[in-house]
Amino acid sequence: MRAYFTLVARELSAYFASMTGYLVISMVLFLLGLSFSEILHKLNVEPTDAPITEQFFVTVYFWLILVLTTPVMTMRSFAFEKSSGTYESLMTAPVKDWQVVMAKFTGSQILYLIAWVPFAGYLAVVGQYSNDMTILTWRTMATTFLGLSLIGSLFISIGCFASSLARSPMVAAIVSYGLVMGLLLLSLRSLGETPSKGWTARVLQYFSMTEHMEDFARGIVDTRYLVLYSSLTVFFLFLTTKIVEIRRWR
Amino acid sequence: MSEGTKPIVEVVELRKEYPGHTAVNGVSFTIPRGGIVGLLGPNGAGKSTILKILSCYMPATSGSVRVGGFDVFREAHQVRKRIGYMPETNPLHLDMRVRDYLKFRARLKGLDSARARDRIATVMDGCGLIDVSRRIIGQLSKGYRQRVGLADAIVCEPDLIILDEPTVGLDPNQIRSVRELILSLAGNHTVLLSTHILSEVELVCGHIIILHEGKVLAADTKDNLLASAASDPRVCAEIQARPDALHDCWTEMDSIDDFDLSPIDNGFVRCTLAPSSGADLRPLVFETARGKGWPVRELTRSRNTLEEVFIQMIRKDLGGQP
Repeated sequence: MRAYFTLVARELSAYFASMTGYLVISMVLFLLGLSFSEILHKLNVEPTDAPITEQFFVTVYFWLILVLTTPVMTMRSFAFEKSSGTYESLMTAPVKDWQVVMAKFTGSQILYLIAWVPFAGYLAVVGQYSNDMTILTWRTMATTFLGLSLIGSLFISIGCFASSLARSPMVAAIVSYGLVMGLLLLSLRSLGETPSKGWTARVLQYFSMTEHMEDFARGIVDTRYLVLYSSLTVFFLFLTTKIVEIRRWR
Repeated sequence: MSEGTKPIVEVVELRKEYPGHTAVNGVSFTIPRGGIVGLLGPNGAGKSTILKILSCYMPATSGSVRVGGFDVFREAHQVRKRIGYMPETNPLHLDMRVRDYLKFRARLKGLDSARARDRIATVMDGCGLIDVSRRIIGQLSKGYRQRVGLADAIVCEPDLIILDEPTVGLDPNQIRSVRELILSLAGNHTVLLSTHILSEVELVCGHIIILHEGKVLAADTKDNLLASAASDPRVCAEIQARPDALHDCWTEMDSIDDFDLSPIDNGFVRCTLAPSSGADLRPLVFETARGKGWPVRELTRSRNTLEEVFIQMIRKDLGGQP
């Protein structure tokens, strides 16, 4: 386990020694700020009884943050090591392949969660100045963070997978943008379908991340979503480990 | 066999094929524990490929490789615990400070924090890195980076240190200091280094493996290799005399098998004389010249150098002719 923790610490320090960490955090801050001012504006115009978290997640900003930042965070993980040659010294050290993959994943996941911390501050400000106590409860806050970390893990595991395929960080970023945008488009399409119309519509609904996230923001934790996101994350991490292992065979 | 007498590296019939060409073609050798072993060969001889296979970075196409008794393919984790490898490009995390990098590498190789601190102090001292311990690696000169790479390779006290072209791209002063560093390692470790610089091997290594086009041409101690090269030591003399007089003089002598004359400046002629037996011609040449009153300004007997051995072997391999 020592190698794993050493690698996680290295991943995090690499984020903050390069521009990546600050870039990701400032991107998230900027988009969060935009959405915050929009929500405040909306609240001033008309009263609402929906939780504040739900109002945030029906805006486009959340998805923008997710799609824009996760590929940037993960693009370096394997591809940069390969292009700079450090992959050779990493893979000849006594570390297991899964330790490397998990460390890269954990490092990105921690940065992702750090970037989301200001969101809690925004929620607190809204909660402070609203009279309605149902607008923000601990429960909805907890499920919201659960939801965004679950969807985030899936996107990060996809990013790690793309990075393990590529030799240059730019290619890794493009591949993971492609995959992540594909997934997102799948769920946007399902919004336009009526759920009862045939099996395709139902399948698409199962994959509708926008709907899942709305549920999380309302304070609903559906085990189907938990299973879906954790299993997909594990699946992509498994694929990544296999890609890393393949190098030992050829 | 006891742990001490077992060879550290055993390579049997190693082959490595890349799409389109064979980089290593049936290589077998063993390396005993202790000392510095040089893997010598021209560019493209398969040196780096062999080192990459030894360090478990790359699998072999066929053949078996054991390091410290462990198979590099099936027991790669055990092998990697016992080696310190510095790749040819010496990749380092350029954004880290020297001490932090070594700490990262030591912890990655499984040292606990007290042991890591201890070892880092030792290797930084040994590699002359104390003055730059707080500097960012990206800002260091190539010589210092090479030392950081070496420090990384030895930080966990491996049984086998593998260095791929450790002095490539350094200036002569840096080469000397890296060479001294490698020599200082020889006491406690086995060092396997690859190079195409002959003088380096001659100065540093006790045991030499000569590679050419993916095959082993020779693997022996340096002294045996030099002794085995069959060529009579020639004598070279620069004498001030008329070429025709010299020609007549050398032709008359029985102990001179063959000679070559080339006039140079100030009436001096460079004579290269091959003895008919293995005898040393220098006393004879000196006496002859003194008897005839010819001034002599140089008289040397050529020694077999590794360079000659190397060139001979490669010629033999290429054309089948010495």
